[in-house]
Amino acid sequence: MMKFLHEYRDPQLVRQYVEEIHRLVTRPWTLMEICGGQTHSLVRNGLPDMLPASINLVHGPGCPVCVTSVRVLDEAVWLAHQPDVILCSFGDMLRVPGSRESLLQARAGGADIRILYSPLEAVEIARQYPGKEVVFFAVGFETTAPANALSVIQAARLGVGNYSILSSHVLVPPAMEAILGDPENTIDAFLAAGHVCTIMGMEEYYPIAEKYKTPVIVTGFEPVDLLQGILMAVRQLEIGEYKVENQYARYVQREGNRLAKEAIAEVFVVGDRIWRGIGVIPQSGYEVREEYRAFNARLKFNMDLPVVEENRECISGDIMRGLKKPFQCPNFGTHCRPEHPLGAPMVSSEGSCAAYYHYSSTYKNEGDFIER
Amino acid sequence: MPEDLFRLGKVSFGGILRDVNLSMVPDAAVGEYVLVHVGVAIGKVDEDEAKMTFDFLRRMGEVEELNSI
Repeated sequence: MMKFLHEYRDPQLVRQYVEEIHRLVTRPWTLMEICGGQTHSLVRNGLPDMLPASINLVHGPGCPVCVTSVRVLDEAVWLAHQPDVILCSFGDMLRVPGSRESLLQARAGGADIRILYSPLEAVEIARQYPGKEVVFFAVGFETTAPANALSVIQAARLGVGNYSILSSHVLVPPAMEAILGDPENTIDAFLAAGHVCTIMGMEEYYPIAEKYKTPVIVTGFEPVDLLQGILMAVRQLEIGEYKVENQYARYVQREGNRLAKEAIAEVFVVGDRIWRGIGVIPQSGYEVREEYRAFNARLKFNMDLPVVEENRECISGDIMRGLKKPFQCPNFGTHCRPEHPLGAPMVSSEGSCAAYYHYSSTYKNEGDFIER
Repeated sequence: MPEDLFRLGKVSFGGILRDVNLSMVPDAAVGEYVLVHVGVAIGKVDEDEAKMTFDFLRRMGEVEELNSI
């Protein structure tokens, strides 16, 4: 059992925090939670409806599946169709639409695509099938980077030459800067993603809070965590402060996890990255280092796919920058549903559209919205 | 860098045991709680800090109000 899970879901504590937030708020504030896991917890537990109407929660880009570009998805599909390739992926990448097909459609067409829980399992598969090339589709934020890096380090150490990764890694702080630097930005405070900070620590956020005069609260994922994070943010905003605070201290130390950061730095180097719905954000992703080029699927397979147009019917970019809510999309629940998504946020377990579709009855769309 | 890249431990997820890589939490010991992401333990829970959340409102000076609820 998760330690303290019961306490962090305690209805009485939830009520106390909600009351305290109501007491403190005097003005409208817009808060963005970074992580899709936080979005799902908020919406599933009905927290947005308990808060004062003047607290506007908008949902950030911290859904790795959602921000993986169509081009990278096309690369994964292309790789899966190569002879003697086993493409391994986390499960919720499979239904995300590419420019021509999804991985699920590629698999139906005969490609060997396997859903794994951990990249370390892909290294095992590579050892079992020395005649095949095993590629792991390495999507994720900083939280997933240590495991993906470790898979490469293990493969190198074991001499597993038929293993490589397709890196689509993205980073939180550059995305926060891109959002805050946008002239349309409305965000007053951030709830930073607790598990990202378990790895990376808090140091990167001090210059951002200072430069944009925006409070950043490192926040966890349970109802009490989220309400405490919101309370800490509101308290700062009401008195005009903009500090970095740590709500999630049971898992986050200021310096992060040193060993995990070293493993990341061993394998990855920071580079530019295309974010689905948002565009290129400079220095916002991890690519495999030159020293490990033998494990970089892009180089190993000489991939050079074109950059493709994204589906303009999907407004995920506006949603992930906090400019719109899922239910403000004309296609939400009608043309875009989990069975036939226009974009990734409707099918990812961390996507904000999926959160509203599955859990929220407040924001019913006209017509054929199905309440789950 | 993690020294023992292949260090494994059995972690109970609500009663279901899974092998988890412990290379990044070298001081994790039997009976302790770890945070696991995609098969790799990335942190240990700090129990003292966990209890702090419950004291947070009290530290804000809300003790009387809370007691009356």
